[in-house]
Formats: sequence, structure tokens, C-alpha cells
Amino acid sequence: MMQSKQKAMTAALDNGLTDAAVEGRSLWRDARLRFFRNKAAVLSLIVLAFITLACVFGPMVLPHTYEDTDWDAMGISPTLVNTHWFGTDALGRDLLVRCLIGGRISLMVGALATIASVALGIVWGATAGFMGGKVDALMMRIVDMMYAVPYLLIAILMVTLLGRDFYLVVLTITVFSWMDMARVVRGQTLAIKSKEYVEAAHAIGVSTPKIIFRHIVPNLLGIVVIYTTVTVPGVILTESVLSFLGLGVQEPMTSWGVLIQDGAGVMDASPWILLFPAGMLSVTLYCANYIGDGLRDALDPKDR
Amino acid sequence: MWSYTFRRVLATIPTLLAVITVCYLLLHLTPGGPFDGERKVSAAVLANLQAKYHLDLPLWQQYLYYIKSLLQGDLGASFRYADWSVNDLVGKALPVSAAIGGGAIVISLFIGVALGIVAALRQNSIIDYLVMLLGNIGGAFPSFVLGPVLVMVFAIGLEWLPAGGWDDFSLRYMVLPMALLVFINISTIGRVMRGSMIEVLGSNFIRTARAKGLPMRTIVLRHALKPALMPVVSVIGPLAISSITAAVVTETVFGLPGLGKLIVNGAANRDYTLVLGLVVLVTVITVVLNLLVDLAYALLDPKIRY
Repeated sequence: MMQSKQKAMTAALDNGLTDAAVEGRSLWRDARLRFFRNKAAVLSLIVLAFITLACVFGPMVLPHTYEDTDWDAMGISPTLVNTHWFGTDALGRDLLVRCLIGGRISLMVGALATIASVALGIVWGATAGFMGGKVDALMMRIVDMMYAVPYLLIAILMVTLLGRDFYLVVLTITVFSWMDMARVVRGQTLAIKSKEYVEAAHAIGVSTPKIIFRHIVPNLLGIVVIYTTVTVPGVILTESVLSFLGLGVQEPMTSWGVLIQDGAGVMDASPWILLFPAGMLSVTLYCANYIGDGLRDALDPKDR
Repeated sequence: MWSYTFRRVLATIPTLLAVITVCYLLLHLTPGGPFDGERKVSAAVLANLQAKYHLDLPLWQQYLYYIKSLLQGDLGASFRYADWSVNDLVGKALPVSAAIGGGAIVISLFIGVALGIVAALRQNSIIDYLVMLLGNIGGAFPSFVLGPVLVMVFAIGLEWLPAGGWDDFSLRYMVLPMALLVFINISTIGRVMRGSMIEVLGSNFIRTARAKGLPMRTIVLRHALKPALMPVVSVIGPLAISSITAAVVTETVFGLPGLGKLIVNGAANRDYTLVLGLVVLVTVITVVLNLLVDLAYALLDPKIRY
């Protein structure tokens, strides 16, 4: 019986080996396959792509602009009769176009602030992890400090003092969104730094920059991708909160947060002005979260 | 324990100092001074005014004066509300925020822990899913979407409660804002409690308690509750910080005269000193709160070595 068990195991091992020989799959190919098997994530990806495309191209093809008043249709409810499918606000501006333009701003702030904070987080975390010692301790102490700070209030202070320019909003959000990434990247760098292949590279005389870019950075990518998808909804949410409080972009320019605030003011008479932008924002956040979950499952199969 | 406490208290000082310094410098980056106005003041009067508020001194001396007054508990004067010091404004607003925020945290701790326990005991049943779905509503929708929706349903639709406003701590006006904060908090607390309860219920000493023939009620309340609560204690700190964000939004949605409303109005009016004072105050509160949570954690968890 022992023997038969052993035989079965050898057979299984052989099979596994031949399988591997027949079909070698890279980590990324593997991850892609796993991601596309996750229905919720794929659906979210499609919905998010649709929203993004609509925001980018919708305002170009629709017959209204985000700032012009339609004097014949002020504050009308959603209708199929004329082209105001989402209705108009109290000033007669087409709500659909405003939602799409607002989406442009929200998604653009989301994209820019995410890129900036991810870059900052990677550089900060990788430096701290690679340098180690006192530099590491100091850099991580700063990260701890940033966590303890009530960020929204400081963001409010920054916007108050520096003005409500689009790029300043991006900067303000970036300043408070990079710490998670820095922590994760540092941890991963520390783990990779002590791996045998890095030691081997050192031993055969590979230069430090080359070790960082050839051996450490590629192995960071998986975790960076995962945490980037976690950053996106957080950043969009922060922008919306600032806009909601009246501290984001200024009229007649708009974003989802601004639209939700406008809608909240008139929700007893015309609830659709609140519900459309709120719905779009919620759906976007939901999709971003599901895509993040999908990517985590796909790229980090151990952590389930 | 004492040396740990001492070290932790000492460690908060750099954080506080860094925040105060950065905010103070930011304030000085902005062009214009407090006495630049429509009406020109004569040079001599201006010099007197500036001397009175130490504005004629170099920046580092002004900074030291500011720190000194902070240490004496004085947050300065408001730029916009004449005759009001930041302290007066805070004195009126703080009780409102504390009542709403504090009350909401206490209520959501009870509800969240209860929901977590129920979900853990009936893991993967329909009750578990329902409980978690209820908890997730608060987590999935942003507070500034959920708030107006609550108003729409309970104030405008059902007409049970006022849509906003404040009437001297009258309970009717506090229900909806607190409900919003509770909704947001219980999703975190419930999820953490459920996870840790499931873990604790799977451990050996619970099996022993079952083997002894103790009723489930006793096992949960006497044996499992205490260790399962530890992770909940550790999320109170981050929760308090996110509650501040939620409180700012809540007070804006419901028009409550609290700290959040004060800071948003201050920001809209470009009342620099008021916003700076509030940021400093709230930073102190959060840092102290985090410190207390850390100390409580160290005190409660015998596994932590300090």
C-alpha cells in the first residue's frame, strides 16, 4: 500500500513536470487568466471603461454644453422627449453633460493623484527599505506621523491657503495618499533584499542600481499594482469630499462632489439632481474596489 | 508600563510640533496680512497694530510667540468674526461635535460588536450575510451620498425627523446625524469583530470550555468576548480619525453648528487663523486619542511587551 501511494505520487509529480514543460506560464499570464475568470472584476472593468469613455467622449457628441442655460427647459425632470435625458438643474444646464464633465474632473484628479502618490510611495518605500538603519527609521517615523494627522482638516487648510486650482487639489490629495504604498513597498523591499538571488547578484559583482532595477523593482510590481487599485477609489473619494465641502474646482466647472452637493440642496423638489451624480460616483467606487479585489486574487494567490 | 507610557507620550511631541510648524509656515506663505484691507490705515497706526500682534518681529520669533500662546491654551483671534477669539468659537462648537461624534462612536461600538458576534456565531448563514450586508451599506457608500439619502427617506419622504438644523441638544435633531455616523462606523467594527470572533471561537480554550459542557452563552460572554475585542480596540484610533472626516461631512449635510461646520465655513471665508487653530486643536485631540488607544491596548493585551 505504501508502495502504491508512492507510485501515484511519482506519477503525479511526473505529470506535473511534463505539464510545466509543455506549457510554461509567466506570472503575468497566469494572473491575467485568473483575473478574467473573476466575473465581478471583469464586469466592473467593463462598467468602469464604459463610464470613462462616456466621460471622455460623451460631452463631445451630446448637443449641450456643461455651462449653457437652456431657457426652455429649466429644472426639468429626466425625460426622453427632448435631449435632456438626465433632466436639467435649476439653471437649465443639462445634467447628463454636467455629470460627464464632472466625471472627467473626478477621474482625472483620481488618475493624476494616484500616479503621483504611487510614484512618491514607491520611491520613499524603496529608499527606506534599501537603505535601512537610521534613514529607514526616520523615513518610516515620518510616515507614522502622517497617519496620525487628521488629513482632511490639513487638506482643507491647504486648499484655503493655496487656492482652489485644479493642480493644487491634486497636490493636496497626493500629500495624504502615498503612505500605504510607502509602507508596503518598504516591507517588500526588505523581504527581497535578503533573498538569495540578490545576494548572488552582489557576489558576482552586479552594480547596486542594476540590482535595484533588474531584481528588486520587477518583484515589487505585483504588490504595487494591487495597492494602486486600492489608492484609486480613496483618491477619488477624497476629491469628492473636498468638492462636496465647496473646496474643489469652482463653478461653472464641476465634479461629482460638487454635483452631489448641488443636488443635496434641492433634493426635496428634484431628487434626480442628487441621484444621478451620486449613482455614478458610487458605481465607479464599487467597480474600482472590485477590480482591486480581482487583481489581488489574481496576483497574490497565496493571500486568499 | 510607566516607561512605555513615558516613551509613547514623548513620541507624540514631534508629531504635534511637525503639524503645527508646517501649518504655521503654510499660513505665512500666503500673500497679504491681517490688516491689508479696503481702508488704508496710516503707517504709524499699522506699525502699532503690527507691534501689538508681534507681526514686526522675524518669523521665528513670531513662531515662538505662537507656540507660547498655544501652550497657554490660546488659539488666537478669528480673522473674520470680529470680537470672537478662536477659543470662543471652539467653546460653542466643540460640545456639539463631541455629543454627536462621541455618542455615535459609543452606539456603533455596541451595535458593531453585537452584529459581529451574531454574524460569527451563524457564520455563512443567511443571518451572517444579512448582517454583513447591513454593515456594508455604511462602508460602500460615501458619507456625503448616504447622508442626503437618509434625509430624503426619513425627513422628506416619511417626515419622521427634521432634515437638519440644531436645537440645543434636542434629541430629534441628533438622531439622523448620529445614525449616519453609526452606519459608517459599524461596517468597520462589525467586520473586525466578526473576523476576530471566528478566530477566537476556533481556538483550543474554547474547545475546552465546550467540552466542559458550558452553555454557548457563557462561552461567548465569559471566554471569547474579551480576547475577541482586542482587534476592535486597535481600530478605534483609525476610526476616530475617519470619524473626523465623516463628522465634517455630517455637519455640512445636516447644518450642525459643530467644529466641522466651523472649519468649512472658515475655509470658505478664508479665515486663516480660525482654520489653523482648529487644525491644531483637532490634531492634538486625535494624537491624544491615538495615544490613549495605544496605552489601553498595551494595558489590556498581556501579549504586548513594552
